[in-house]
Amino acid sequence: MFEQVLFYVFASLVVISATMVICIKNPVHAALFLVLAFFSSAGLWLLLEAEFLAIALVLVYVGAVMVLFLFVVMMLDINLAELREGFARYVPVAVLVSVGMLISLGSIVGGDNFGLDKIAGVEPYPSDYNNTKVLGLAMYQDYIWPFEVAAVILLVAIVAAITLTLRTTRQTKAADPDHQVLVRSKDRLRVIKVMPEEEE
Amino acid sequence: MSPLALVEQILEPLLYPSVVAVVVIVLKILAIMLPLMAAVAYTTLAERKVIGYMQVRIGPNRVGPRGLLQPIADALKLMCKELIIPTGSSRFLFLLAPILALGPALAAWAVIPFGSEMVLADINAGLLYVLALTSLGVYGIIIAGWASNSKYAFLGAMRSAAQIVSYEIAMGFALVGVLVAARSLNLGDIIEAQRGTLGIFSWFWLPLFPLFIIYFIAGVAETNRAPFDVSEGESEIVAGFHVEYAGMAFALFFLAEYANMILISALTAVMFLGGWLSPFSFIPDGIHWFLLKTGGFLFLFLWFRATFPRYRYDQIMRLGWKIFLPITIVWVMLVAAMVVWQLPPWFVK
Repeated sequence: MFEQVLFYVFASLVVISATMVICIKNPVHAALFLVLAFFSSAGLWLLLEAEFLAIALVLVYVGAVMVLFLFVVMMLDINLAELREGFARYVPVAVLVSVGMLISLGSIVGGDNFGLDKIAGVEPYPSDYNNTKVLGLAMYQDYIWPFEVAAVILLVAIVAAITLTLRTTRQTKAADPDHQVLVRSKDRLRVIKVMPEEEE
Repeated sequence: MSPLALVEQILEPLLYPSVVAVVVIVLKILAIMLPLMAAVAYTTLAERKVIGYMQVRIGPNRVGPRGLLQPIADALKLMCKELIIPTGSSRFLFLLAPILALGPALAAWAVIPFGSEMVLADINAGLLYVLALTSLGVYGIIIAGWASNSKYAFLGAMRSAAQIVSYEIAMGFALVGVLVAARSLNLGDIIEAQRGTLGIFSWFWLPLFPLFIIYFIAGVAETNRAPFDVSEGESEIVAGFHVEYAGMAFALFFLAEYANMILISALTAVMFLGGWLSPFSFIPDGIHWFLLKTGGFLFLFLWFRATFPRYRYDQIMRLGWKIFLPITIVWVMLVAAMVVWQLPPWFVK
């Protein structure tokens, strides 16, 4: 009973905040609503006893990705009037695409495949069930090769992203801390003895 | 019998069991929050006193005997001050930001074990929960900076966001080392894994020494304390993200900062210094050891502030990314090797 109430609270929060993300005018507010949406979906995952995934969602998406997102959005000067230009022109195409997506989504996750008669409710696990351990065993024993391939692909993506930002030769005068920390006082400072001038 | 069990027994015939459970949990939360808030208040006094003595001054000594009522006077002053909301600010977010800063700092205390049975929520993924909640504190700062509609506040928020995100990675890797060594994410299990015949030398600070140092320094950076307090560098950007705040809204940021300091100290004590374990096997364990260790780390925070000049921003970034991160990655691999080969005396299964 209590879990059902929690489910409806989190589920409605996800739907409302996700709708606000695309409806609200201010981009910073939209990003914050996305944070709320992530948070509520983490709550839903907790109800499914997937505590590792739920906390990892908060840690990675809310704690790191969205912070960087906000970082960028706050610095941008987004002119919404410009973005909204031509709204009427695109409406027919948009309606067509969204109807198509709705139909395909409905056919995949709708009642035919995920109805209550197809999948029974999740049985509660015994109290010594450890989601982290189960996930770890699955990832590092059962699916080790797909996992390694995914890791290599991610590594390539990281290297590519970094090289993209390094393509221009740097002409800045920024100080290089690596050189600065190597400086010793005797490189910069010379102590000399100055004799007092003799009075006449 | 503990007072909580007594309350449970008295209430049991009177109320529904679920109501009794809720009452007991609320009482437990109060038993953590009230001493924590008192500790926060007196940490501010301790800071002023300690730094005072380090600078050959006396520090606050007017309110109450030896200045002991100074935090209460400060709190009264802040409560009586007017809340000013700047024009052009985003009103709702401006008021939400201090709450977002304080909330995670308090919520993380739910999983901290104070003794072998003294923990509010003994959850499986406790370490991960703590890491997730400490990473949320940055929202209070960013939103405060943005909602204030002020250049200085915004600059402070930007600096702080970049800094916290960078140091979180080193911090996370240091904790990966701990969880590999303890073979568990549960904070109680992590403490139990440090129990050994060698007392103080069987704790994780010795085999994980670089991770211990990096975790604590990254913790100082995460709480925006000196020498990493560029987000409020008063000589450059006045007071950073909370420059537009007054009265209780400012006080909440202040409370959050000190609650975070105590949290980081407690976590360092739990992860690397064996929490409530006693350093010598012939002396019994207990909560006093945990408090003592936490207090020791808290003192380090104050000592750092009185000692080190502020880091320059690019040096902070270099330290986090180019020094801490590689060291933690290498050491995590070493720890994994130690655990696999069951290096005595720490990792014998």
